[in-house]
Amino acid sequence: MEIVQITALGIIAAVLIVVIKAQRPELALLASIAAGILIFSFIIGKLSAVLSMLDNYSKKINIDSIYITTLLKIIGIAYIAEFGSEICKDAGESAIASKIELAGKVIIVFLAVPIVVSLLELILRIIP
Amino acid sequence: MDLILRIAGIGIIVAILHLVLSKSGREEQAMMVSLVGVVVVLMIVAREIYKLFETVKDLFSF
Repeated sequence: MEIVQITALGIIAAVLIVVIKAQRPELALLASIAAGILIFSFIIGKLSAVLSMLDNYSKKINIDSIYITTLLKIIGIAYIAEFGSEICKDAGESAIASKIELAGKVIIVFLAVPIVVSLLELILRIIP
Repeated sequence: MDLILRIAGIGIIVAILHLVLSKSGREEQAMMVSLVGVVVVLMIVAREIYKLFETVKDLFSF
């Protein structure tokens, strides 16, 4: 059961980080980043299985692939932006964290523009 | 799993060395040891972050 390993890993990492935090807070931050990456590496297999299933069915229903790839890109950007901003919040730099989140939102809106445009054109075609 | 233990080990060793050196009066060497520790751990974590971003790129077809 993956979840037991993940939880055990998280608790052990948290305890070790508390030990280090007293003397060397910067190493504690780096250790928490490493713990986050390790936990993510546990779920990569399951995530790629879900995404490949999504791709297969989108090809079967022949949805235009631009939508699916943009959707996946937005999810990826959201994840990376959240990963970075949480680390900055842990380090106490909430200003930088909000800047990263703002940048992530702007990039996502930028990626969503072509889809919104195609939607509006569809609506205009329907309404004479 | 061993990544965390390695980083924690380095952190504890650096902290102890820093304490010992600073107690024995050699402040600058204590500072050097902690700097070296931070750089080593930073290199390890930077490689891990690079690997993470590569996998995210492959996964979400960037």
